[in-house]
Formats: sequence, structure tokens, C-alpha cells
Amino acid sequence: MATLILAEHDNIKLKESTNKVVTAANLIGDTIDILVIGNNCMSVATQASKITHVSKVIVVEESYYQNMLAEPVSDLIVSLMKDYKTLMSPATTNGKNILPRVAATLDVSQISEITAVIDKNTFERPIYAGNAIATIKTTTEKNVITVRTTAFDAATNENNTEIEILNATANPCLSEFIEEKISGSERPELTSAKIIISGGRGMQSGDNFSMLDKIADKLGAAVGASRAAVDAGFVPNEYQVGQTGKVVAPDLYIAVGISGAIQHLAGMKDSKVIVAINKDEEAPIFEVADYGLVADLFDAIPELENELNNIK
Amino acid sequence: MKVLVPVKRVVDYNVKIRVDSQSQSIDLTNIKMSMNPFDEIAVEEAIRLKESGQVEEIIALSIGPSQCQETIRNALAMGMDRGIHIETEHSPEPLIVAKLINEIVKKEEADIVILGKQAIDDDCSQTGQMLSALMKCSLATFASNITFDDDRVIVTREIDGGLQTIKLQKPTVITTDLRLNEPRYASLPNIMKAKKKIIDKYLPDDLNIDMTPKLDVIKIEEPPKRQGGGKVETIIELVEKLKNEAGVI
Repeated sequence: MATLILAEHDNIKLKESTNKVVTAANLIGDTIDILVIGNNCMSVATQASKITHVSKVIVVEESYYQNMLAEPVSDLIVSLMKDYKTLMSPATTNGKNILPRVAATLDVSQISEITAVIDKNTFERPIYAGNAIATIKTTTEKNVITVRTTAFDAATNENNTEIEILNATANPCLSEFIEEKISGSERPELTSAKIIISGGRGMQSGDNFSMLDKIADKLGAAVGASRAAVDAGFVPNEYQVGQTGKVVAPDLYIAVGISGAIQHLAGMKDSKVIVAINKDEEAPIFEVADYGLVADLFDAIPELENELNNIK
Repeated sequence: MKVLVPVKRVVDYNVKIRVDSQSQSIDLTNIKMSMNPFDEIAVEEAIRLKESGQVEEIIALSIGPSQCQETIRNALAMGMDRGIHIETEHSPEPLIVAKLINEIVKKEEADIVILGKQAIDDDCSQTGQMLSALMKCSLATFASNITFDDDRVIVTREIDGGLQTIKLQKPTVITTDLRLNEPRYASLPNIMKAKKKIIDKYLPDDLNIDMTPKLDVIKIEEPPKRQGGGKVETIIELVEKLKNEAGVI
């Protein structure tokens, strides 16, 4: 039997999270096909055909797949699943939106956000905001799995495999796309950035995040935030790192004015190097930080900006 | 129009859980339990829809052991009209939960189901999506705004890069994200009133749902501990270490 991976893309570019799912799928060991669903997305299929370990790319293009609405996309995937044992996707908002709908239609339980593959039917996944790791075994013929991409390296692009074009299934017309507001940032995306600088409640206002923007621009970093900063309205929700936001694992994570609630740690504690800047030396963030600096961020951040100017 | 809000009883978000290495499970003795925070947001939204006259009846549903009645009472004290409790020994896996909710949706002829985007215990983020598949209806996950346009529901969703707005046919399933609203506290008079509200009780057998799990939990372990606690005295020392010791800038 084989594994089908739902590709993550924006109809133009394939996201690296897809390569990471390929690495997880390769550990399962079955043949790997990638499914590209979208509109005018042949360039994405071409990129997917380069990924190592992939045996075939299936592409289905239709106007009503443009925005990946859950109902038509899950109908299409269900129609293809007779040939596959396993369906996988990255645990992005798309994957989380679509895969459980497929799973329930197939009458199987989904395994969400796996962090390790033990064998074809056994996986590890974090529960309780990462404070415990559960080992789960499926008892059904088919498996539906989302992958926590920070737990797997990206598969390389050293392949050139065939692309098969399939027809769309009917649009169930249960919902209709109105609009999308994508924050067009020049900076890298949180989930793929090598360096992230995040602010918490200690930032005191949304305006003060411009101090972090300056550091981010110098380091080529993404800007994140704790739930407290999002709740306080400093920054939009897509900045949120943590149990209920994005899970990240960059080379360097700089936490500024973040106390380190378990819900935030859940989203960043697998970062390679963690820096914490906080004036409260008792803040739990220091327990996970490799380099903790007890200081007022309003002194420390301008100083950091200066110092970075000196070394570059 | 009728709105059903499933609410889950979970370990309170302030509690740091402990893994019992002997039994390889989570130690839940004497631990504070609360309504899943995202389900509180769902309850609040249902109450606001009723207060603004857009829906007629709002019902809270919980699935699990007898203590779930407390969680339902809490929802009733916030302002839900009545409750339904499906009593099960443990908290079942999301697919089974979705099947049980679906039976209640049929019985009650609910038009809209609003529930949390994920439970903070198992962190699955599946139930709403699965329910929409069983109901063969529209789905809007991660909602940050809900409005009505004649007989359609317009939902703004929090997606990875920003916001997406979609228009849904009823019946529909909506899962709540953080910024949809700020849940109210139950007032004392409302807590008293809630004691008189009705909670209907079902068993899974009454609903003809097979409760056999499809997943086996082999073990639960503590995650590897991160070694932290390193300190620097100055920004100059920090930058020097990041550059020369860690090699990350």
C-alpha cells in the first residue's frame, strides 16, 4: 500500500512543510505520492516532483480548489483514498481543517501532530501542551495523520518524477469563498524562519513591537508573540507562538518580555538556542533559556540593535 | 434557529500535569478541572447570538463522566438555555465524540454547532471537522468573527498567513479561535438560576453508537527535559556568545 501526502502551497509555491512530511512518510516506508490540489498550480506540481523519495505527483486543478475550502477538497481526497493506506499532511491550518473531515468520512480516527514514527501503525504525539508524549497505535486499515513539521527535517529536492493530472470531483457548494487578507510581510514565515524574535506582555503596546521589527530586519528573522501579547491586542493572532498558535523550532529563538507560561513553552521549547530577555529573574522562561539576560527590555533591545550594527 | 454547543471538561489550563511513570498515564487525582477555554468562547458566542435575537434556543452538551454535569451547569450559569449530558466512563476519542454529537444534532434538529477549535488536554483539533463530515454540512474552523446574511452564515477564519472569510449554508459547524470574543463570568443570580435549568441525560446505548476506540494509547511519557538556566550579564556578552559559542548569528 502507499502513502498520499496533501501538499501545502499557495498555488504558486510549494511550502517546505511538504518536504518535512515526506521525511516522516519515508519512515513509514510505503510508496509516497504527493497530491497537489489547487487552481492553476502546475508550477507547484513541478516543484513537488523534485522531492526525494516521491514516486508520483497527482495534480487536480479547478477554480473551486483555489482557496482550499474544506468540503470540495475533502470530497476529492476521499475519492482517491481507496488506493492508499495512509493520508498525511503538515499540521498547518489547511491540514487541520481538511484531514479530520476526510478521516471521519473514512470512519477512521486521526492522529494529530505526530512527532515520531515508531512503525507503520504506531506514532508519538505531544499532549497537554507538550507536557506529555503519547505513543498511539491505530487499529484501522487506513491511517490519517497530520505531522508536526518541527520534528522532521525537510526531504531534499533531488528527484524528477512523473506528474499525473486527474479530474476534479463535483463541488458540493456548501460554502463559498468571500475574501482573504494575507499579511504581506517581507520577513520569513514563522514556521520556517531560522531566527525568531518574539514579544510578550512586557512589550506594553503594539507600537513597541517596532523595536523587535528592527532587530528582525537585521537578523533576517520572523517576529512572533506570546498569547498574552495577542490577547492584549498588541499584534494579530497569526504572530502567536504556543499551544494554540504556531509551533516553531528555529536555530535561534529570542523571547523578549515573555514570562514563559507552559502554553508558550509548548510552541518553542524545541528551538536550538533560546535567548530570554526579561526583567523578572524568577520568570519561568529562564529555565529553558540557554542565554538568559535579566534586564529591562526597553534598555536591552536598543542596545542589542546597536551591538548587532557593530558586528555586521 | 437552534444552536448546539458541545463543551469538554478538561484539566484547568493553569495546572501543570504530571506523568505517572508507573502507570504511564496522566495523574489526575485531586486536579482542578474546568471547561475547555475554547468551548467557553463557543458558549459566549452562542449567548451573544441569542441576546441579539438571531437565534431562539441555545443548548450545551457535554460527553464524559458524571462530573461533566458541573461543566454543563457552568455553561447554563453563563446563559445557555438547557443542557444535555451523554454519560460515558472516560472521555472518548474525537471520532466517537463527533458521532455522539451528530446523534444529538439529529434529535434536536440544530442549525448551527459551535465548539472549540481544540481541547487543551489531547490537543487533537478534530471534533468539529469530523462532525461536519458526519453531518455532510459546511465547515468553518478557527473562527474569529461570525455574522449572518439572510439564511447564510459569514465566518472569518484565522489561517496561517492571515484571515479568510467564507459564506456557509446551514446547517453548519463552526470552531472557535481565540479572538472571537471574551467569555463572561457567571453572575451569582445566574448561577442560582442555572440550578433550575434542565439537563437531559443519555447513555451511548440510547444513541446506538459503538464506543470501541480505534486508537490504542500504548504509553504516556514525560518529554525529554530541556537543559536551560544559562545566564549572561550584558548585551555585549550575549551577542558575543551567540556569534562565537552558539554560532547562530
